Amino acid sequence: MSNNRNPKPTPDLAPDLSALQIRLIEEFQRDFPTTPRPFATIAEKIGSDEESVITAISDMKTKGYVDRVGATYATGRAGASTLAAMEIPQDQLEKIANLVSHFTEINHNYEREDKLNLWFVVTAADQASLNTTIHSIEAKTGFAVHRMPMIEHYRLDLGFALQWN
Amino acid sequence: MKPFTDIIDLPVLDEIDHALIRATQTGLPLSSTPYGDIALGMGLGGPDAVKQRLQRLLDIGVIRRIGIIPNHYRLGYHANGMSVWDIPDDVVDTMGEMIGALDFVSHCYRRPRHLPEWPFNLFAMVHGTSRETVETHVKDIHALLGQNVRNHRILYSSRILKKTGLRWRKSGDKKCCD
Repeated sequence: MSNNRNPKPTPDLAPDLSALQIRLIEEFQRDFPTTPRPFATIAEKIGSDEESVITAISDMKTKGYVDRVGATYATGRAGASTLAAMEIPQDQLEKIANLVSHFTEINHNYEREDKLNLWFVVTAADQASLNTTIHSIEAKTGFAVHRMPMIEHYRLDLGFALQWN
Repeated sequence: MKPFTDIIDLPVLDEIDHALIRATQTGLPLSSTPYGDIALGMGLGGPDAVKQRLQRLLDIGVIRRIGIIPNHYRLGYHANGMSVWDIPDDVVDTMGEMIGALDFVSHCYRRPRHLPEWPFNLFAMVHGTSRETVETHVKDIHALLGQNVRNHRILYSSRILKKTGLRWRKSGDKKCCD
């Protein structure tokens, strides 16, 4: 089984990444240490030092190769959320997309090439808030929101243990 | 349209959990002691308190993973294809497990159909350096699914209009958390 579901960096397209940086991306997208000094723990594992690891990650953040170091949250487990799609006439897409993006409950708003051309995730603290938000979007835009909530997820690598000292 | 219940067993999160989620969703501080810094900022006992909270959130599935979150697009993965498949309900779980295990599939979900316009019930997200790469991967998926495929499509994202972390807000709340 692959240990790394996420895309690997492609040196051709990210030529300014160092060997250390590529290794950090390849090996630490999950199981990030929760030791008091996690970057020192990483450094120890890969034969580097704490400062170099922090500098390498900061540099990747600055250059945009890394969004952040942190937790990814399963939205569906920490509140109510759903993927949603709308069918918007092309000449109104820009305007409607802006209206939708303006809601703080919206993230990952994508234009996709399909009749259903606007796709986004709605996240709220609970089901009632989620319904309210979706109704507000429909009221504000005048277009229907099609809900596509997750029924089941298929992944083998959900479970993992933190590395305790 | 039939309403769907999104959440069945919602884990109980207290105020401190929510505060921790807010504190970590934008990323850990890139300091020597990120967990200690967060503990200090939140007025928690120390890094151990943060670790224990994070561990619990992992155990109950609220946190998927902790790690370096790369920007796929910036790393050269310029094509993002959401492949959607119409698979008979009685085999969709088996097929989903198989597709979800593929290296090049980053997310794989079963979702409701919206008939008649939207017959697709299995979603597999494929990232690639080009559309050609994505299409090759989608052909591999198709081969694995075989005759179970009644219909399928790839929806490429042409524009990212908004990409943010989680936002927490109850309707009616005056103050928002970001």
